[in-house]
Amino acid sequence: MSLDNKTAAVEMRNITKRFGPVLANDRVWLDIYRGEILALLGENGSGKTTLMNMLSGIYFPDEGSISIDGKEVVIRSPKDAFDLGIGMIHQHFKLVDVLTAAENIVLGLDGKLDLKAASKKIREICDAYGFEVDPDQKIYDMSVSQKQTVEIVKVLYRGADILILDEPTAVLTPQETDRLFAVLRNMRDAGKAIVIITHKMHEVESLSDRVAILRHGQFIGDMPTRKTNAQEMTNMMVGHAVKLNIDRPEPVNPKKRIEVRDLTVRSIDGILKLDNVSFDAFSGEILGIAGISGCGQKELLEAIAGLQPVEGGSITYIEDDGSREELIGKDPLSIAEMGVSLSFVPEDRLGMGLVGNMDLADNMMLRSFRKGHSLFTDRRTPKELAEAVVQDLEVSTPGISTPVRRLSGGNVQKVLVGREISSAPTVLLTAYAVRGLDINSSYTIYDLINKQKAEGVAVIYVGEDLDVLLELADRILVLCGGKVSGIVPGCGASKRDVGLMMTKLGGKLDE
Amino acid sequence: MNNKAHTPLFHVSRRAALPWYGAWGIRAAALIIALLACALITNLITGLNPLEVYATIWQGSFGSARRTWVLFQNIAMLLCVSLAITPAFRMRCWNLGGDGQMLIGCLATTACMILLGGKLPNGVVILCMFVSSVLAGAIWAAIPAFFKAKWNTNETLFTLMMNYIATQLVAYYIIIWEVPKGAGKIGIINQSTQAGWLPQIGSYKYLLNILIVAVVCVLMYVYLNYSKHGYEIAVVGESERTARYVGIKVDRVIIRTMFLSGAVCGLAGMLLVGGTEHTLTTTITSGRGFTAVMVSWLAKFNPIWMILTSFLLVFLERGAGQIATSFGLSASYADILTGLILFFIIGSEFFINYQIKFRHAAGKED
Repeated sequence: MSLDNKTAAVEMRNITKRFGPVLANDRVWLDIYRGEILALLGENGSGKTTLMNMLSGIYFPDEGSISIDGKEVVIRSPKDAFDLGIGMIHQHFKLVDVLTAAENIVLGLDGKLDLKAASKKIREICDAYGFEVDPDQKIYDMSVSQKQTVEIVKVLYRGADILILDEPTAVLTPQETDRLFAVLRNMRDAGKAIVIITHKMHEVESLSDRVAILRHGQFIGDMPTRKTNAQEMTNMMVGHAVKLNIDRPEPVNPKKRIEVRDLTVRSIDGILKLDNVSFDAFSGEILGIAGISGCGQKELLEAIAGLQPVEGGSITYIEDDGSREELIGKDPLSIAEMGVSLSFVPEDRLGMGLVGNMDLADNMMLRSFRKGHSLFTDRRTPKELAEAVVQDLEVSTPGISTPVRRLSGGNVQKVLVGREISSAPTVLLTAYAVRGLDINSSYTIYDLINKQKAEGVAVIYVGEDLDVLLELADRILVLCGGKVSGIVPGCGASKRDVGLMMTKLGGKLDE
Repeated sequence: MNNKAHTPLFHVSRRAALPWYGAWGIRAAALIIALLACALITNLITGLNPLEVYATIWQGSFGSARRTWVLFQNIAMLLCVSLAITPAFRMRCWNLGGDGQMLIGCLATTACMILLGGKLPNGVVILCMFVSSVLAGAIWAAIPAFFKAKWNTNETLFTLMMNYIATQLVAYYIIIWEVPKGAGKIGIINQSTQAGWLPQIGSYKYLLNILIVAVVCVLMYVYLNYSKHGYEIAVVGESERTARYVGIKVDRVIIRTMFLSGAVCGLAGMLLVGGTEHTLTTTITSGRGFTAVMVSWLAKFNPIWMILTSFLLVFLERGAGQIATSFGLSASYADILTGLILFFIIGSEFFINYQIKFRHAAGKED
């Protein structure tokens, strides 16, 4: 390998970790070098996070050894890891909301508490790598990306020169992602070793110097990024050839199903979330919704689903025979009782769509448990449904009596989507249906959505990946600050135009 | 190698789900270790033979037929309150007002017995006692529930405060109904006529209460695990957002469940006053509303396991009282033993969820 002349900053050898009967890591070898960005790839549940957690002292390996700069070490705790210069930025931030950035950064450090000196050092770190952090700002005032920056600075402040980032871009807008990448490149050029866990192929290609691939807890291989491509990497991750394009069949016999007129929604704090939004959704069609996160996508879907109080406007459901039903002012139960079969795959899967502590069968009941006049719940039908979903969607689970929170992200989503489409909906709302999912699971979800489209369902698909939206959606509605910035056909629209419309009302029209 | 010295002596990792016998094996082991530890400490501190002490604890519960009946009566009462608060707990609504709801049930029962006893046929009096106590308990619980549902007030504080109000109300009515005037207590109600006393089954004074609670226990188990309401309670408890998402009316479920919770507490109050005590004091509930919290938690909110945990707690309490009298030990000493035993039992939950891997064992595996 071309990198042989460098000494590895980290050598992991024969690392094995079991969780009960599950083999999360199986004799994994991995080298991490300084001055290099390593992308760690693998499907959901392939053991990437587990492996990195062992490096950062959260788990202790059952077998195997770790060497830092050629010297074998034992990492018993996150503190040990810090002492060795290893810092990890987790998917879920570990910050105290009511403290300032500087206070969070020095939290838990030994020695005298000198916030002034700390602020100075924080500013130095920020200047060195191009971060923007106000040390005196409270965490609760910060955006997600600012919080992430604080996490990174915290790790650097403690002297880490081996940084691990677990899916850092999952919560960022494209612009924020670009800024993060610039900083990461600066840190690489300053000689730090950087590991990034991600599912997004174009990020791997644009950012990383080397990729290492795990599959089912085993190390499959590594190679310089420039010598490979998305197709090869995906095939290695999945273990067989995967087709990387999304079908977009022509809508068959589209009929107007949902008519939204002048929809206006305010959040509880009185902020205008949707401002006079009007559009139509047709049966047998996928309507994509694009927009920077927080532009009203969530409110739009929840308003249709009957979960969001509405200030003005109308949402009309139109049946095949032309009869019209107003959905505003109705809760999910009364919408269902009207005979409108509306399915909703919300963004927050375990906090809203499913109950994490309940098993698969009980989660299947969420929608249907009221059926029938009996006082008691019917347990058999949901069990059969759970078994059917597990089989049809290839959910990897020990059984249908496993709590869904134990499943990996992709499998959780399959369970949720499986339940939502099982009721033969006429309208399917999905929010970030593939967020956090690996390629293989993402394509399973795209296929499922396309199948619904083929069956004449009106699909409204809120997505964040513009490439996917442009391939999947028949029409794309672009939201900008709660207003409709434009509706463009999916076929033929350019990514650049849609991107412009996301940031500026009307996009190119103003140019 | 140098490195070996650094490998931690042991590390803790999460277990895969244990089979039920594994979990109960660990719990049984904890109980045995707890008894050994208590024996050792007893011997060191008091010089008594621990076996004698344990024998006395056993005597406290099973020493005579009467003690055994009292044991089961106490279990029944504690279990009844525990069953009552469990639906709320399953909904993650911390109803600490079991004591007050039970007390207000006692008050309603007493009122019926005093005001209606002898004026109406006995069966009607008992029916009135039942209805009024159940309603009183239910309303006592529904008030905090309503505020929680509408304005998201803290149910823990609210239900606790309701306890004090209940105690003061009872104190007030005791003075009004005191017999004889100036005694400051009610004494046995309708001692001569026995009006409003729940009927005895044969010569067994406590049997009716025990049977009623057994039925309540089974009903509650079925309600929580198999009914639509029980499922709604579980969903609301896990995630209110999920509940709203599937169209469950969260407000209604909270109020309904607390209503039920209070109603069963009120029933417990009626069983206590009408069934066995036939009097009313401000301390008649003996803090069962709080002990019930422990019973419910220890059993992981499962009504059937609660039979065991309430047995354990009552057994320890009875035994503690017994050694205090038999050996002239302070009653606090008995509490220390109870505390130690509970410490081990609750601590054993850690070993059910986690396992400890030792250095050499970790290397040898597979």
